[in-house]
Amino acid sequence: MTTTYTAKDLVTDQDVRWCPGCGDYSILKQVQTVIPELGIEKEKLVFISGIGCSSRFPYYMDTFGMHSIHGRATAIASGLKATRPDLSVWIVTGDGDSMSIGGNHLIHLLRRNFDVNILLFNNEIYGLTKGQYSPTSERGKITKSTPMGSVDHPFNPLALCLGADSTFIARTMDRDPVHLRTTLKRAHQHKGTSLLEIYQNCNVFNDGAFELFTEKSSKPEEALFLEHGQPLVFGINKNKGIKLDGFKPVVVELEGNSLNDLWIHDESDRMKASLLTRFFGEMGAENHLPRPFGVFYQENRYTYEDAMLEQLEEATSKGIGNLDAMIQGKNTWVVE
Amino acid sequence: MNKTTEIKKDVTILFAGDSGDGIQLTGTQFTNTNALFGNDLSTFPNFPAEIRAPQGTLAGVSGFQLHFGSEQIYTPGDECDVLVVMNAAALKANLKNLKAGGSIIANTDGFDPKNLKLAKYPDGVQPLEDHSLDKFKLYTIDVTKMTKTALADSGLGTKEIDRTKNMFVLGFICWMYNRSLETSVNYVKEQFRKKPEIVEANTKVLKAGYHFGETSETFTTRYQVEKAAMPPGVYRNIMGNQATALGLLAASKLSGLEMFFGTYPITPASDILHELSKYKNFGVKTFQAEDEIAAITSAIGASFGGALGVTSSSGPGIALKGEAIGLALMLELPLLIVNVQRGGPSTGLPTKTEQADLMQAIYGRNGESPVPVIAAYSPSNCFDTVIEAARLAVEFMTPVFFLSDGYIANGAEPWRFPKEADLPKITPVFATINSKTEDGKFLPYKRNEKLSREWAIPGTKGLEHRIGGLEKEHETGNISYDPANHEFMVKMRQAKVDKIADYIPLQKLESGPEKGKLLIVGWGSTYGSITAAAKQAVAEGIEVSHVHLRYLNPLPKNLGEILSNFERIIVPEMNNGQLVRILRDKYLVPAEGFNKIKGEPFSTKEILGKIREAVLVS
Ligand code: SF4
Repeated sequence: MTTTYTAKDLVTDQDVRWCPGCGDYSILKQVQTVIPELGIEKEKLVFISGIGCSSRFPYYMDTFGMHSIHGRATAIASGLKATRPDLSVWIVTGDGDSMSIGGNHLIHLLRRNFDVNILLFNNEIYGLTKGQYSPTSERGKITKSTPMGSVDHPFNPLALCLGADSTFIARTMDRDPVHLRTTLKRAHQHKGTSLLEIYQNCNVFNDGAFELFTEKSSKPEEALFLEHGQPLVFGINKNKGIKLDGFKPVVVELEGNSLNDLWIHDESDRMKASLLTRFFGEMGAENHLPRPFGVFYQENRYTYEDAMLEQLEEATSKGIGNLDAMIQGKNTWVVE
Repeated sequence: MNKTTEIKKDVTILFAGDSGDGIQLTGTQFTNTNALFGNDLSTFPNFPAEIRAPQGTLAGVSGFQLHFGSEQIYTPGDECDVLVVMNAAALKANLKNLKAGGSIIANTDGFDPKNLKLAKYPDGVQPLEDHSLDKFKLYTIDVTKMTKTALADSGLGTKEIDRTKNMFVLGFICWMYNRSLETSVNYVKEQFRKKPEIVEANTKVLKAGYHFGETSETFTTRYQVEKAAMPPGVYRNIMGNQATALGLLAASKLSGLEMFFGTYPITPASDILHELSKYKNFGVKTFQAEDEIAAITSAIGASFGGALGVTSSSGPGIALKGEAIGLALMLELPLLIVNVQRGGPSTGLPTKTEQADLMQAIYGRNGESPVPVIAAYSPSNCFDTVIEAARLAVEFMTPVFFLSDGYIANGAEPWRFPKEADLPKITPVFATINSKTEDGKFLPYKRNEKLSREWAIPGTKGLEHRIGGLEKEHETGNISYDPANHEFMVKMRQAKVDKIADYIPLQKLESGPEKGKLLIVGWGSTYGSITAAAKQAVAEGIEVSHVHLRYLNPLPKNLGEILSNFERIIVPEMNNGQLVRILRDKYLVPAEGFNKIKGEPFSTKEILGKIREAVLVS
């Protein structure tokens, strides 16, 4: 189906209130660019968010939208999708919103696998409340609430989501519009809950958190772009690869190694996806693994709303309920 | 043998025994038998707090109280005339509820040394023999032995035989009250359709119990409770939670809205979920969420999409839902919140009843957040009241509280049920492309004469808009931090709830003159005991009036006037005084509280005592 609207039609009359230079701008722009290409009728689009900087997103999208309460967008979207499977439901959330206060709803949405898309803006900080550490901030992070450094061990979002039996996990970044658009499309195409983690720079409270992956100088060495069926290759001259030594991924120089010996990315391989989510170690360590971007894992599993409908259809196939009979029940008596 | 029959106007029986003794079943079957015979009645089960408390202990006692009569019955009865006990613990736990001169029917097998010890009787004490029960009529039956004898040739194992013990008791009670075994036999047939040998065994034991009454020389008197004069019509028996579930189902049909029921299991509300999840052939979508917050927020999501969003819980769960209720009221979306109240605070008394969440319902949120609140007053009334709650939610685009409690949720009474055709219609107002202003703008918070906005659901072309929990500008719904607008919107949301008073019936008196010395004001499940007490007071020549509130927020428009017509106002509540404060606050009347916070309902006697005392003093 072709749609008749363009990116411009998705812009609202509201002033965008993010700080100048915030990574959210780029994400908004790419979402507005991609959506008209997806063939969804405009009135069928719904954006639901919780609380946080990212959660202002729906105000800037001229679609149906709800800016709800902290952490609950995932649960609200579940109820909406259960009753309105015809809608295209997008959840916009941040690392605090989805993994701190809303952690419970996130994992339950993933296991239930409603056909919705989650855009998780991860900036590893609390922006809206002005700079406290978040559940994804690294240990030792100095913030307003942790003057001596945070003692919290951080979440590894994609490992967490895969652990919750997510059927689609992917990672992208605000500073790579092309990759962002491609992964957004993939997220939309997946039937089931798509979890897209987007590295987003908060230039006010956590500037440069992801610069190793986003800046030209370090990106080739530090970011690994996954493509289904392709070997894991990275490096400034595409001169490095990843090979599996048993269960242990090791970085190898391509010289003297055949591409065929490298780890070939397979989006349907859950075990390997699980290893990929663990490419999460300290940066800068000798021979450390690069951070993967792209689709880690994709699986086709029944969606909750379909299973729910199936049960209703099965029940109604034996006859649609009669309210009067139901009210009457089985045992009655007559008073003359 | 010669047996005499004594006529009784009403009888209260309490069946008590171990959770495993099938007490609830015996009680229910005898209830159905009497209902079908034509008595008016009221029942209340009493479950142990633990699911599988150790056998034979006081903690494991389960009870079922039935009050039936040839006259109108308003409560499950204060004290019982007959106490049927399957073991020593059941006797010990319930003896205090037996009238002086009442009858005890005891299963002797449950009074062996082991059971006496489990019931914590001191060593060597045998209550059935030590004359401690002399002020009662004590009848002992070795139910276990009789059951075994009856099934000696059945080929069933000891365990299976033991399980039919309750049928012996049921058969015997049917004999004692001149009731046929037909209802019970039919039940057994239906229940064990696939196991003819079990059907046969149960029927045999039922009959054995009945014949035992006939032949035993101990029992010389049978009792007869005649049919009650009830309004003509077709009746069924119904429990409060069942009625709530049916009412929700009806509301969905009457409004033409798909129902989404998001909930999380909690005592004593879970039965509503169990019932509704059976109604899939009506298209009902039940969702057992991961927690109370997801339960309500998923329902809000469903409402946003145009469904009838419903969530249910009890006090502790409602506390968790607080923030989301605030969201629903800011979004101005319909949402039904069912609170089956239980003893609080915190985990409190999960299996006991209380009315202590009224303030929580009316005030328990951050900011100025008015929410309409209505309460059911009896098991069958849950049906009409929850439909009314849904009507208010849909027609006024607001979250609405429906209050029930553990007492009416699990209690049962005969119900002259309505037909779908006689039920009120519920009319949602959806926004369409025509809702736009002349210059093509859509104003999501534009209000109609009810001060309610239109329901603009996703999928409606041209109405794309955003709503949220932030303060919004009048009509446009855009975020607004403007001070004047905030004050305006706070007052507007209040005005909208107040406006409901124009669309609900005026308050009527249940009984008594419109002006006088004493007015009893109740709400919720105290209805039965207040009604019975007021009736009795009038019979004693005391002048007293009774008002029972179903609408608690907003209150009916004429309530202030009614209150002003009485010298004294007493407000009985199963809490520490909540409605009474609201009445005093709102109407500046010297209303007095009369409170019971014991996890159990008021008895008629307690209310009557208060009425007598009030009349004496004034
Ligand atoms: S605080 Fe950070 S995340 Fe929030 S808008 Fe500003 S830059 Fe963006």
